[in-house]
Amino acid sequence: MSTEPMRVETDVLVIGSGAAGMYAAIEAARAGCHVLLIDRSLIGRGGATVMAQMTVAVALGAEAPDHWSHHLHDTLAAGRGLCNEALAQLLCEQGPECISEMDRWGVGWARKNGKITSAFAPGHDRPRCVYVDFLNTGPAVSKTLRTAVHKIAGIERKGDLCVVDLIKADGEVTGAVAWHAGSGAPVTIAAKATIVATGGLTRLYRRNSASANMGGDGYALCLRAGAPLIDMEFVQFFPIGHLAPRLIGMDPIMWDPFRYKLGGRLLNNKMEEFTQSYGVAEGGKYVITRDVGTYAILKEVEAGRGSPHGGVYLSFQHCPGPALREAFGPVIDRLAANGIDLTKTPVEVAPIAHYHMGGVAADARMHTEVPGLLVAGEAVGGANGANRLSGNAITEALVFGREAGRSAAERAKQMRAAPVTQNAGRATTDLITADAPKNVRNSAEMVQTLQETMADDVGPLRTEPGLKRALSRIDELARDLGERPFGDAGAFDLTRLDWFDLRNMLTVARAVTQAALLRTESRGAHQREDFPGMLPEWHVNQTIRLNGGRTEISRTPAAGAVAAQ
Amino acid sequence: MSETATLKIWRGADRNSGSWELHEVPFEPGQSVLDGLRWIRVHRDPTLAIRFSCINANACKECMMELDGETVYACTARLEPREMTLAPLANKKLVRDLVTEIAPPAERLAIKGS
Ligand SMILES: Cc1cc2nc3c(=O)[nH]c(=O)nc-3n(C[C@H](O)[C@H](O)[C@H](O)COP(=O)(O)OP(=O)(O)OC[C@H]3O[C@@H](n4cnc5c(N)ncnc54)[C@H](O)[C@@H]3O)c2cc1C
Ligand code: FES
Repeated sequence: MSTEPMRVETDVLVIGSGAAGMYAAIEAARAGCHVLLIDRSLIGRGGATVMAQMTVAVALGAEAPDHWSHHLHDTLAAGRGLCNEALAQLLCEQGPECISEMDRWGVGWARKNGKITSAFAPGHDRPRCVYVDFLNTGPAVSKTLRTAVHKIAGIERKGDLCVVDLIKADGEVTGAVAWHAGSGAPVTIAAKATIVATGGLTRLYRRNSASANMGGDGYALCLRAGAPLIDMEFVQFFPIGHLAPRLIGMDPIMWDPFRYKLGGRLLNNKMEEFTQSYGVAEGGKYVITRDVGTYAILKEVEAGRGSPHGGVYLSFQHCPGPALREAFGPVIDRLAANGIDLTKTPVEVAPIAHYHMGGVAADARMHTEVPGLLVAGEAVGGANGANRLSGNAITEALVFGREAGRSAAERAKQMRAAPVTQNAGRATTDLITADAPKNVRNSAEMVQTLQETMADDVGPLRTEPGLKRALSRIDELARDLGERPFGDAGAFDLTRLDWFDLRNMLTVARAVTQAALLRTESRGAHQREDFPGMLPEWHVNQTIRLNGGRTEISRTPAAGAVAAQ
Repeated sequence: MSETATLKIWRGADRNSGSWELHEVPFEPGQSVLDGLRWIRVHRDPTLAIRFSCINANACKECMMELDGETVYACTARLEPREMTLAPLANKKLVRDLVTEIAPPAERLAIKGS
């Protein structure tokens, strides 16, 4: 292999090809920039976007009156006083434009009487969620954006490129270094503006709805490049993730749409409804928000009233077969292939790691604190505060992606040439080609151990001893990971990829755990068993920085502090 | 006694010098072939190369391989308590083990020597 790594140049580098990355690429190209859109997986396939199944929240007002200010009101209320209001407003105000543009591009939002129709989802004050039938929202969004990306000149797309580090020169981000999976070689990318659109972190947990690419890479990349993270303690658990019987070919959060359309009943092992004991009587409808639902289910299991696999039952036995068929068409056959007949038996469900409210701190133009570095989508922290409403994530990905694309193009156009990165990034290219140390631990087992630690001790219900135990396990794993990557420098060496992943996952896991340990109250998705109840003095956002390898956490009053009191 | 599945897996980075490897994995009804392959990585050999993203959803369409000579998605093919033969797609360029080059040509980076 040649010793000089391959080097490419672009105006705007977009890292990650989910909804946020693709919309960013489209917008930057429309503004006349050359865009390089890269992904560690295949383009438009590796992230959460293609897996999302149901709702996109937007105050479209097509079927019934609505206004973005109502959507904003609900978003801020769900965020329990911690939302960055500028970001939340951007999401709600610009949502309709992006959703309408997607409609013109032919995404196929479900319609009734010719008008785009909206479903009701918990936490929204009216039906506000558009969707594509049947359980096809994410694939349709992804496909539509992929087609739009193809049609616009100026976007180069390359898959199998996993970004290992951002490059910095004179305090600005000037590109990135990636590991090329197909060959194992390093690739240096020089860019006038770089957008991190790498999605969330739910792969940190044993049971998650994520893909294998959701280890929180973007958070770690930005942190190492000097950009702070906020609200890292707020990981959203999805209460009714599928638990049993084993179901293949379907995503574990697939029961949500069934509940939107048909209600359904949550039952304990006595076959009794229980959510009313936790303050929310559902009465056959789906009204419980994600944080309360997660809490109720875990407490019911703890009290010994759980289902055989450690969750609770979700039953649609009261729904007639034809009603199920009408609502879910071919999905009923896919369930039958898995041996599930909803008219005869309930399924078992339990909370599952699903989305990250925290993330990289950004302003409403998607700039981070570091010049040249922008963020978009789930990688951004703050829009959703302590708890996200159903449907806000895809809207966030589209709106923030478009905004990041615009801002990046503005910056790129002001710069003459791509910044020279002759020797910048050298430490990372050396790392990518380094020889492995001998006698290393099984990297895949290390990932699993981290996932178990996070699930057991940094899940939805937290305590000081548990969080401290997690921190010491994270330190132990970091020691075993060491400073040099495992595996060989050849093509598709998954042990080497695991090593780069663990390097990021451990950094991000530590950020989540430390922030959770400091926040001695319970709010939204962060529930401390030793500190129940929300406290006025914790109406603050926690900001995390990396300083010489150590994380530092500071507090700033949250914008919504007054509103929430 | 708990049942097992035997996975006979093609390993190598070159079609002409590969070899077959046998792995026994625990079997539970309802599991996928991908579950078995991921079990091998965690419990036996993390160097086994497989391509997958979504694990369950059958949304990414990356996990294509040959099972007993037929093209399948490893995440939807059921694991069975018998010997199952797994090989990389025959009509695609081999990358390593069960991984082949499946991206559209325009979306691949051309690296010298690869
Ligand atoms: C199963 C599921 C169902 C969901 N359902 C809904 C829903 O109904 N409604 C809703 O609003 N939200 C839903 N969400 C959440 C929503 O889908 C996500 O928040 C949103 O799609 C995130 O989009 P994104 O573009 O920011 O990131 P993603 O779509 O996750 O894309 C990130 C991309 O970055 C790539 N990447 C990561 N790291 C690197 C790296 N180091 N180098 C290069 N590339 C990298 C990944 O491969 C991936 O392709 C769901 C999520 C899941 C998992
Ligand atoms: S792993 Fe995504 S389709 Fe099989």
